[in-house]
Amino acid sequence: MVPKYLNAVFLPLLLLGVVLGIWSYTAIKIPGFPTPSDVWRELLVVLSNPFYNNGAGDQGIALQLGNSLARVFGGFAIAIAVGVPVGLLIGMSKNAYTAFNPYIQILKPVSPLAWLPLALFVFKEVNTTAIFVIFITSIWPIIINTALGVRSVSEDYLNVARVLQLTPFERVFQIILPVAVPFIFTGMRLSLGIAWLVIVAAEMLTGGVGIGFWIWDEYNNLNYAHIIIGIILIGVIGYILDTLMGLIADFFDYRKRGLK
Amino acid sequence: MSAKPFLKIDHVDKIFPLGGGKEYVALRDVQLDIRENEIVSIIGHSGCGKSTILNLIAGLDTISNGTILLEDQHITAPGPERAVVFQNHSLLPWLSVYQNIEMAVRKVLGEDLSPSEIRDHVMKYIDMVNLDHAKDKYPGEISGGMKQRVGIARALSIEPKVLLMDEPFGALDSLTRANLQDHLMRIQMQTGNTVVIITHDVDEAVLLSDRVIMMTNGPEATIGEILEVNLPRPRNRLELQHNEEYLRCRGAIIEFLYSKFAKDDE
Repeated sequence: MVPKYLNAVFLPLLLLGVVLGIWSYTAIKIPGFPTPSDVWRELLVVLSNPFYNNGAGDQGIALQLGNSLARVFGGFAIAIAVGVPVGLLIGMSKNAYTAFNPYIQILKPVSPLAWLPLALFVFKEVNTTAIFVIFITSIWPIIINTALGVRSVSEDYLNVARVLQLTPFERVFQIILPVAVPFIFTGMRLSLGIAWLVIVAAEMLTGGVGIGFWIWDEYNNLNYAHIIIGIILIGVIGYILDTLMGLIADFFDYRKRGLK
Repeated sequence: MSAKPFLKIDHVDKIFPLGGGKEYVALRDVQLDIRENEIVSIIGHSGCGKSTILNLIAGLDTISNGTILLEDQHITAPGPERAVVFQNHSLLPWLSVYQNIEMAVRKVLGEDLSPSEIRDHVMKYIDMVNLDHAKDKYPGEISGGMKQRVGIARALSIEPKVLLMDEPFGALDSLTRANLQDHLMRIQMQTGNTVVIITHDVDEAVLLSDRVIMMTNGPEATIGEILEVNLPRPRNRLELQHNEEYLRCRGAIIEFLYSKFAKDDE
């Protein structure tokens, strides 16, 4: 019997071997396709000087990723500031729900990239446009999950609030938010994941400094190894973002507290 | 007994609209005077509207016809002078035992008390239900019986005029239930609270109550009979086992529930 912890290392390595095999075969079949060792060498070069800055068109990978992250967090922060109050409102008021719901249902399935040309026309500037697109991406899961959290507050807790004669303000902060916060963080985690997906495509369209345009630029430079490096780094950062959001969400979830 | 009514339920009807112009008359012409310091239990089959009466006194539900007066004040909305112990305890799971009670005390009595007085006040009620050792635990970490003791401590901590208990021990096993009944009787002797208990347990009704209110079956349920329980306090469940008055009361309730107003679909 192989111990479990060895399995946890061994099985992914086995699969890595299979993937590298298919990749090498592809590199042989398609002339110019970078081999795994090409990508490894290039990765070391790219990571050895991540902060260089030779002007707008030529900057290190850390600056590219940093710019993309800054846009994501900008749009994400605005989406939280707008989405949480709207979600609270439509969760607590049946009339607000009736008013907002048809528009949320219609706008939610629209690809955020469809807003990009309109945003570009309005803002006439790529950075604000990208932030707006991320805002539109992030807001729907935040609104929907916040409202869901509010509606999942048990009638019993609300009866406690009524007997104690809590003011509406106290009711929100002492009863509704503690129940809704785990739901809000679920919405934020979903939003951040989608935002990180969308920023790559948005930057390919807008240009400027950022990981999305960097990948598109390397395609135009015929530097395919860098495209693969971009894919790997986007994946690693996406994984880190999701893990961090998960940790923060658990920290604010009363159900995960006091039950050690 | 000639004491003036403390809590007066005066010709109360409760009608629920069913939609399509139909309605369900849950309670019809309920009439009851409850004295100060009295323990009254309301017993009946399920669907007899006994919980509805409690919700009307609590103000959690609206009265269709008639009035309910507490010390001559009309009851129109919930308020802390009518504390409720809910069947499923309704503790806030993100607050510790101490914080659950503190939150109620702070809201209801907070303006009159200093921080150290609030602390002492909360601890007094935690102490009353013997939960000092669990004061920093969360509701998810303690047993059902302990949760219900916290629920009772929270309700009493806001010094209500009436304590309303909606099948408070219904969800507990019989040993835990007996333990909590003893707690409740001891505490009520100390505090002298007026208590209204909704129950479907015959022994519980006799053991705890000064009077047992027996409800007829719904729809249009109302009070069928009122039984005076003439047993001295403190009461001891062991000694009462063969007590004539205890057995008489028990027999009268069983007669009412299973002969006069038997319900065969249970």
